[in-house]
Amino acid sequence: MSQSAVKEGFARALFVGAAAVSVLAVALICVFLFANGLPAMAQIGIPEFLLGTTWRPANDLYGIFPMIIGSIYVTAGAMLVGVPAGFLCAVFLSRFASGRVAATLKPGVELLAGIPSVVYGFFGLVVIVPLIRDYLPGRGLSLLAAALLLGIMILPTIITVAQSALDAVPQKYYEGALALGADHEHSVFRVVVPAAASGIMAAIVLGVGRAIGETMAVIMVAGNQAVIPGSIFDGVRTMTANIVLEMGYAADLHRGALIATGVVLFVFILLITMLFNVIKKRGEAR
Amino acid sequence: MTSGTMEREKTREAVGAMRTSVVPSAGAAASAGAAGGMAPAAMDKMVVSNLNLYYKEFHALKDVSLTFPENQVTALIGPSGCGKSTLLKSLNRMNDLVEGCRVEGSITLDGSDAYRDVEVNDLRRRVGMVFQQPNPFPMSVYDNVAFGPRTHGIKKRAELDEIVEQSLRDAAIWDELKDRLKKNALGLSGGQQQRLCIARALAVRPEVLLMDESTSALDPISTAKIEELVAELKKSYTVIMVTHNMLQALRVSDKTAFFLLGEMVEAGDTDTIFTNPGDPRTADYVAGRFG
Amino acid sequence: MMAPWDMTAAQLSAALRIASDEWAAREAEVARRRRMVSALLRGLVYLGAAATAFVLAFLVGYILVNGVPYLTPSLFEWTYTSDNVSLMPALISTLMMAALALVMAVPIGVGSAIYLVEYAPRGSRFVNIVRTTTETLQGIPSIIYGLFGMLFFVTALRWNLSLLSGACTLAIMVLPVVMRTTEEALIAVPDAYREGGFGLGAGRLRTVFRCVLPSAVPGILGGVILALGRCVGEVAALLFTAGTIAQIPDFVAGGAAAVFDSCRTLAVHMYVLASEGLHVNETYATAVVLLVVVVVLNAAATFAAKKMRKGSGND
Repeated sequence: MSQSAVKEGFARALFVGAAAVSVLAVALICVFLFANGLPAMAQIGIPEFLLGTTWRPANDLYGIFPMIIGSIYVTAGAMLVGVPAGFLCAVFLSRFASGRVAATLKPGVELLAGIPSVVYGFFGLVVIVPLIRDYLPGRGLSLLAAALLLGIMILPTIITVAQSALDAVPQKYYEGALALGADHEHSVFRVVVPAAASGIMAAIVLGVGRAIGETMAVIMVAGNQAVIPGSIFDGVRTMTANIVLEMGYAADLHRGALIATGVVLFVFILLITMLFNVIKKRGEAR
Repeated sequence: MTSGTMEREKTREAVGAMRTSVVPSAGAAASAGAAGGMAPAAMDKMVVSNLNLYYKEFHALKDVSLTFPENQVTALIGPSGCGKSTLLKSLNRMNDLVEGCRVEGSITLDGSDAYRDVEVNDLRRRVGMVFQQPNPFPMSVYDNVAFGPRTHGIKKRAELDEIVEQSLRDAAIWDELKDRLKKNALGLSGGQQQRLCIARALAVRPEVLLMDESTSALDPISTAKIEELVAELKKSYTVIMVTHNMLQALRVSDKTAFFLLGEMVEAGDTDTIFTNPGDPRTADYVAGRFG
Repeated sequence: MMAPWDMTAAQLSAALRIASDEWAAREAEVARRRRMVSALLRGLVYLGAAATAFVLAFLVGYILVNGVPYLTPSLFEWTYTSDNVSLMPALISTLMMAALALVMAVPIGVGSAIYLVEYAPRGSRFVNIVRTTTETLQGIPSIIYGLFGMLFFVTALRWNLSLLSGACTLAIMVLPVVMRTTEEALIAVPDAYREGGFGLGAGRLRTVFRCVLPSAVPGILGGVILALGRCVGEVAALLFTAGTIAQIPDFVAGGAAAVFDSCRTLAVHMYVLASEGLHVNETYATAVVLLVVVVVLNAAATFAAKKMRKGSGND
């Protein structure tokens, strides 16, 4: 074999190896999470773990149902805040803004995406929480604060993905609607937006994924009581918060229960990723 | 196909009454015969006078004056870039979408100024358009046709059903599509899509139908079907078509206008333009000397 | 075909029943309602955009106004004490952490993107698996990476809470970012460049490195900057892998073994300050520094993207 053929083969093997790293990483993540989480789950009892409403490690009570509900509530709240605002902003950037306005707002949205979650969390702590404490019932650290803050944090995700979906809608649909006497707004909302529906759905699903996985910002504003909140002004603890709050000092079964919380979160995320892919595939098929 | 002449006339009157009630067509008669001066029986539905159109610095239409007689087919011909499509798009103000587009002169519809007196969405409803590329919306056949009526406030299912069926019949595609109304329109063939777009345009009860090289993307059989359809449509609509295909202009149109480099060289009776043109450039073009 | 004059008498009278006045009134009413709906929609769209712009301006403005006055020299002292809460050790640790993470992630990410775009046969199973796993990695929240890093690097490999554990965790986390952007940059390179290379008899390797990669560099750089931004802002993945000790890994005294020192990055530092709640002003100031870093990185990424668009010329 010639020297260059050896070199080519070697390079190729290196590139294949590099590509295999991400596969290996996912495999390792799965193995280590499940190997450390599932035994604890089995020891606690799967129904007791998933549906138990009491989390009291001191008494070996590990029910994460309040945290599952907490994550769902916070995510749903964030969606209520972030989806309408993000969607409308995407429509604005794609079909309403003049060139100059879009050129100003778009980098702003990118900046919003780049701000670290700890800065968001701190902002929530010093602005949103006191506002709620002063004008609304409760201590401020609440489901409402977490939902508002997360709603802001998912804005850039939703805006970016939804906008690229809207931008991809052929201009001929918009012109077709105009030619039928529909005005700009009707053409956009009745033809362009429906044509971008699958992309907008994908944006929302991606936002759900980000919201449910967000950790630091939520910890700083949510209050973190491990009980199912009775109102939006009560504190709430998400699965992510549960892990971070107690992992520092947990041992034995307690530690296992926290890792198992991570497993549950991981399964949630996998389901969301699958849903995202299904929507994307369907969009491409069209 | 044919019923009594009496009934025909009655319906025409009725339709006319409905139209005039929407926008009074005062002065429609006054503008008749302003230019062109052909087929004295026909009223001029739209009149273009001294139209100049600029895209930023580019002078795309130069002092164009032309009339479009009611219930006739007018063909706009000329080489690429001659301004014929630009003129067509200024008739329903689709040119408004182009940045830096400026219009001087006047275009009237039934005597009212299309750029000042008529609200733009109303103008586009009354002056429908079929594009070069079929552009059905990515939704069902039914929703495509119902889009216009719904936009204009018709919500009742029965009423919509009737309009959809009538429009599809008028576009000669009802028999092909009546069992596929719920199917996505993007699954249709190119020819079917284009006729669907015609049906969609008809569903808002336009008075004028603009066709922008609407058969250039289609196969010969679909083209023939649409030409047949146009001959039928002119009974109730004023049709203005841009075409590259001179045989098509000859087959379908009553009046032809020839454009070159943004100027209207000549307009008149189709037979005259093709057999005995007044301008040597027209003669060259129809004889096939330019592309 | 059914034109109006082909209607039966019954149909005709039905058509005529809508008397012309009524028709006109109805038309006007419909047009009025339509205009109202349109105005409402337009208002909502503007509101959505304004809300986004307001949130951004308020957030950044609030942090700056409250933080800039406290950017005092003591905040940048070489060693951290609980009095000066200096961010200097954290800042330097951040640089080390990010550099180490990128040193691992960039070659692997770029290498796998090269394989996917330049080598792999279209639609091969391996490619599909790699793509699926990359998408999965991209969706995994950082706390899961943190858990994994703790279980694998800290515990299983016995690297303890350390710079290395943290950097490896971050490297896996940003790997999909580097991969995806590199892939996109490579795909954007016109095929003519490749043909040019092969046409001159260059092998695949040479073609990729000489003809394809150079014009993809700005795009790849954009991805690297994005990855850097994620490293700088990350907390959840580092708390249980790199720890929270406010010291600089001492490579001078410890040599290479200093990669096993625990340290806190700037974002972790800020989280600790904020949750202690004792140094609110310094927390604001630290937030300002983080924000500035992010803004600079953002600007750099935008610049790189612009370069990319100009360079490839087939956009």
